[in-house]
Amino acid sequence: MVEFAGWEMPVQYRGVIEEHLAVRRRAGLFDVSHMGEVEVSGAGALDLCQTLTANDVARVQVGQAQYNLLLNESGGAVDDIVVYRLESDHFLICVNAANTDKDFQWIRGRSEGKAEVRDTSSRYVQLALQGPLAEQILQPLTGLALGQIKPFHFSFGEVSGARCLVARTGYTGEDGFELYCDPERGEALWNSLMEAGRDGGLQPAGLGARDTLRLEKAYPLYGHELDDTTTPLEAGLEWVTRLSKVCFLGREALVRQKREGVARRLVGLEMTAPGIARADYPILKEGEPIGRVTSGTRSPTLEKSIALGYVSAAEAVVGNGVEVEIRGRRVAARLVALPFYRREGAGKTS
Amino acid sequence: MEFPEGLKYTKEHEWVLVEDRTATIGITEYAQQELGDIVYVELPEVGEKIVKDDPFGAVESVKAVSDIYAPVSGTVIEVNDTLPDSPETINDDAYGDGWMIRVEMSDADDLKDLMSAEEYAEYVDQQKDEGDEGGEESGEEEE
Repeated sequence: MVEFAGWEMPVQYRGVIEEHLAVRRRAGLFDVSHMGEVEVSGAGALDLCQTLTANDVARVQVGQAQYNLLLNESGGAVDDIVVYRLESDHFLICVNAANTDKDFQWIRGRSEGKAEVRDTSSRYVQLALQGPLAEQILQPLTGLALGQIKPFHFSFGEVSGARCLVARTGYTGEDGFELYCDPERGEALWNSLMEAGRDGGLQPAGLGARDTLRLEKAYPLYGHELDDTTTPLEAGLEWVTRLSKVCFLGREALVRQKREGVARRLVGLEMTAPGIARADYPILKEGEPIGRVTSGTRSPTLEKSIALGYVSAAEAVVGNGVEVEIRGRRVAARLVALPFYRREGAGKTS
Repeated sequence: MEFPEGLKYTKEHEWVLVEDRTATIGITEYAQQELGDIVYVELPEVGEKIVKDDPFGAVESVKAVSDIYAPVSGTVIEVNDTLPDSPETINDDAYGDGWMIRVEMSDADDLKDLMSAEEYAEYVDQQKDEGDEGGEESGEEEE
């Protein structure tokens, strides 16, 4: 167990690699109750969400979820978030644990009394059931027709007798569900899911596997790939950024940055010589520093050393041969296309 | 957890097997368990000098990198060449096939500070207690 943003969190149960591969091949269950929830409701709720985020929340229907970013005036990321539209004027925003209070204050401080903003983190346990067998494991426990819940959609229903928000979302690059329920029901729900998945090889999975899974899929982790100084244009999140949206905080800065061009870009690296690139290690080109690693690991699925990092825009070309300085040694690497891992058949459903 | 009697131990969780002036060095069962799946090992080359209490190499799990500290000073006379290709050996057999280097010691006095198996077992218990109370790592990552 480690402490993480005030929560006691399991890094691993039976081992990061075993848990990681279970999620890729069968299924894994994560307790991600540390994630924060901020709810925005009332007549001004949509406007407030639109003003504070980069993506177009108006396109999100009730029952739908959207990956999005809270931006500051300079276009830097306050946080990356998932917005669930519970009702036309009621949004649930899932935020990073360590940012919960920052985000809550950020949103409430800009509500101008036109929407109600509440930190409801303590009202939810969040369990993530992820992997190719997720639907098969979950279906017998619920009356919801899970096949009808498309990626980035959700429904409310009972799972093993506990009322849940059941969303087809996740942070692993696999199919799967995230379940939000009353904390009183959390432990029983966890046990029911583990029991239901036993024959299918469901394994409990910890923060360690969560990190390696998201990294293979090149999902950003706040504090690594994203922070208050990184913009979505630099972070490869232009698809989340609707500059056509008339007005949102940070828009002007992004329009300017887009016109002038970004100075750095987030890239994928694969080590071509033995070694593992870790956060903050310098990236070099012919001996000259061109950037820094933000996350790196040994990929359990690909059995290669992979990393994400920022390099100067001119060097951000797939195939470019570079070096990573690992404890004083320069180790060869090359830039590769992202994501590192894409599940088979993913094109059909997402 | 097993801490063989014939070995000496450090506070950084290395073990040493002393035979005359030769010291065989590895990391302990406790260390490998704390690290989890070991996926990369960086070791010195034969002929390199190592200095007591300085890092001489590193082990990496999927999650993190940890330095390995020299329990004694001396010259590396043999390196476990099988580890780069199968670092998981350290998880499987920390005191046997997972050995890392052999060193010709330059000063036998270096051994004086090292712990016996009994002392080390006590030390590990303390570490575990501290871990249970507060969590020995603080999460600098945000998620």
